[in-house]
Amino acid sequence: MDNPNCFHCGNDVVKAEEIVFDERIFCCNGCKTVYEIFSLNDLTCYYDFENAPGATPQDIKGKYDFLDNEDIVSKLLEFDEDSIRIVSLYIPHVHCSSCIWILENLHKLQNGITTSQVNFHSKKVRVTYNPSETNLKEIVLLLSSIGYEPYISLENYDAKKEAVDRSLYYKIGVAFFCFGNIMLLSFPEYFEVGEFWIEQYKGFFRWLIFALSLPAFFYSAWGYYVSAWKSIKSRMLNIDIPIALGIVVMFIRSTVDIAFNYGQGFFDSMCGLIFFMLLGKLFQQKTYNFLSFERDYKSYFPIAVTKMHNDGTEEAIQVYDVNKGDRLLIRNQELIPVDGILISESTLIDYSFVTGEAEPIEKKSGDKIFAGGKQLGKVIEMEVLHSVSQSYLTQLWSNDVFQKKVNQKYKTITDTLSRYFTPALLILAFVSFGYWILIDTSTAFNVFTAILIVACPCALALTAPFTLGNVLRIIGYKKLYLKNATVIEQLAKVDTIVFDKTGTITSNRKSAIEFFGTPISESDAILVKNILRGSNHPLSRRLYDFLPQTEIKKVEHFEEITGKGISGTIEGKTVKIGSAEFIGKKKDNQIKQTSVHISIDDNYLGNYVFDNQYREGLEKLFFNLSKTHDVKVLSGDNEGEREVLERLLPKNTELVFNQKPEQKLAFIENLQKQGKNVLMIGDGLNDAGALAQSNVGISITENVNVFSPACDGILDASQFSKIGYFLNFSKNAMRTIMMSFGLSLLYNVVGLSFAITGNLSPIVAAIIMPLSTVTIISFVTVISNIFSKKG
Amino acid sequence: MSVIYLLISISIVVALVFLYIFIRAVKSGQFDDDYTPSVRILFDDELKKNPNKSEKQN
Repeated sequence: MDNPNCFHCGNDVVKAEEIVFDERIFCCNGCKTVYEIFSLNDLTCYYDFENAPGATPQDIKGKYDFLDNEDIVSKLLEFDEDSIRIVSLYIPHVHCSSCIWILENLHKLQNGITTSQVNFHSKKVRVTYNPSETNLKEIVLLLSSIGYEPYISLENYDAKKEAVDRSLYYKIGVAFFCFGNIMLLSFPEYFEVGEFWIEQYKGFFRWLIFALSLPAFFYSAWGYYVSAWKSIKSRMLNIDIPIALGIVVMFIRSTVDIAFNYGQGFFDSMCGLIFFMLLGKLFQQKTYNFLSFERDYKSYFPIAVTKMHNDGTEEAIQVYDVNKGDRLLIRNQELIPVDGILISESTLIDYSFVTGEAEPIEKKSGDKIFAGGKQLGKVIEMEVLHSVSQSYLTQLWSNDVFQKKVNQKYKTITDTLSRYFTPALLILAFVSFGYWILIDTSTAFNVFTAILIVACPCALALTAPFTLGNVLRIIGYKKLYLKNATVIEQLAKVDTIVFDKTGTITSNRKSAIEFFGTPISESDAILVKNILRGSNHPLSRRLYDFLPQTEIKKVEHFEEITGKGISGTIEGKTVKIGSAEFIGKKKDNQIKQTSVHISIDDNYLGNYVFDNQYREGLEKLFFNLSKTHDVKVLSGDNEGEREVLERLLPKNTELVFNQKPEQKLAFIENLQKQGKNVLMIGDGLNDAGALAQSNVGISITENVNVFSPACDGILDASQFSKIGYFLNFSKNAMRTIMMSFGLSLLYNVVGLSFAITGNLSPIVAAIIMPLSTVTIISFVTVISNIFSKKG
Repeated sequence: MSVIYLLISISIVVALVFLYIFIRAVKSGQFDDDYTPSVRILFDDELKKNPNKSEKQN
């Protein structure tokens, strides 16, 4: 397409709707308005940093009226005093340096805002304002009007400010301080050439080193002692036992050494070890601040709804305050927070997020509507049947099986290995002790401690964090965001893959549209397109986008009957678009596909059939996956697509339809009982249970900033075809770890041969330990990068 | 030779000062967001383009 792009948002500009302003082209009025606001305030630098950084502002009429309610506002505030208020707002659109710039210059757009500060990673802006000059609602409206609509949900309500845990940084700082100083102070003795001054100051150096090692030993390494103790108590041998043992033995032996003047001890190796292992922990701790993997229904729910009083007045109230019998007003695109009965004539409700059904469902006055649906259409009125906590969705969510099991503790590869490593080490230590005690008691103690010191599995413990941390970063660049490093290990073990249909293997964005009936002439197509222009119904929008570009004609008598169709007159011709009943044709029950019927001047022309559009590369992906894995498709939708899917997918793919959320969960559970490791890939709330139950649950989303259900990983929809690559890569990551384990065991053998023969001097330890650490880290980094390119 | 006590004490004190500064930096949240400040520093130049007009409010 050679269409120009909008100067503000970068979307293609439709010629007919093009707006030229200030010699720049805009796709719509919204974008132009934002540009106007910026140029009026001398903020056009916004466009200098990035090309077309903006977003089209959405219509938000009345959406934030609840911010007039002081009670709600005060719950959102971070800090509240007479003339200063601070609020943190989550803004999903933040994505580039232009965003940071404009958001940090908010004070130029609105009086009363003192400062605003962006945290790019968590996509938050922290606004400080003066409540006597402006208020939260004005700020939110301002942000929305420039295309940065904040997301305020029930989750923000009364959210306690989480204390950020920075103890790992402190520990690393302290460990590095001790390590560095001790190393420098140890050097003189390493290069001891029997000089007089060293002899004279030896005591001073040694006791200074001892004092410096105390903070590292007691503070930085504390976590290892705790973890080792816990694992002994629960009789699960993890890697922290030999580590803690090594550190403690090293400390005691070194203290004894200097106290009785045997030597200088291993303090530098000990602190180095602690430092490197903490560093490994930090490296593994890659988190995506802007994503959350632990969402529940609260983050989808609005914070307030509009309540209608008997006298016709409207009031914004907190959703928890909604009671049975209240009348609520739900606007277009708003989420229905509670179960209720529809009072308005009719509406369309999109339950795709709850049930997985692709098409909106029509509801008539008196019908029951459930929480979790999205209202599409005009403003509706509803009467509440249950309060929030008793509504279907909330109940479903609170159901135990929907909670990700905490006690489902996964044994990491390092822990598995240390189950053999720890006993072997102890046996070796005691055997050599038994051997040497027959020859020489003091050497026996030396050997015993030396073995525990040198075998302290520093390299072993570093392998997994550095490999997995690196892999986590690499696949993060490729837009699969995992919750933590253990997910990679589990991903490597997956043998069964279950896909959800709607929204997962189909894309919500585009649908292939086919026309059945009398071939439609070009002039008729122009009429249809012009009628569609006026309609906001999702099918109308899709059909509108599908039809070729045309000139704009004037539509008369335009009418939209919600749930039925639209009609209008152009150049004297009456065009009707809508359901079969609306056109006056008998409903054909055989066809399960979604279709829109057309008639012009009461002449039935035919219907447009909307196919679910499958994601690109689906066939190839399934073909490749089915060679190595069991592949299944689980859908909440009806069987309308079975034939198409059977044609598209490999023969051995199991297809299951009409699955409710609970059934999906049971399906996964059943597979697991058969001993399978299940990877579930889904998208909506309807998959939430299955995602939680599966060994690895990955939720797929068109836009990672939009909320996805609780899961282990979030995959950008554009990377759908790469699922096979990710599975492969995670397997290779485990291979890398195994190779590196081999390497570190080799170091252990070398070290142990020194130790058993009683030759482990501090200087040997001081060379072996950092050397093994450095080689292991560089080895795993290089190998995992090579694997990532290979795919 | 006892100057060595003095020198080493000084070196340890200097290291302690750096440790203290590091801990204070962590505490103030400097390591929580490692991206935004690096971008923010570039904006100062952009603003100087028309410093007089930027006071104009809507």
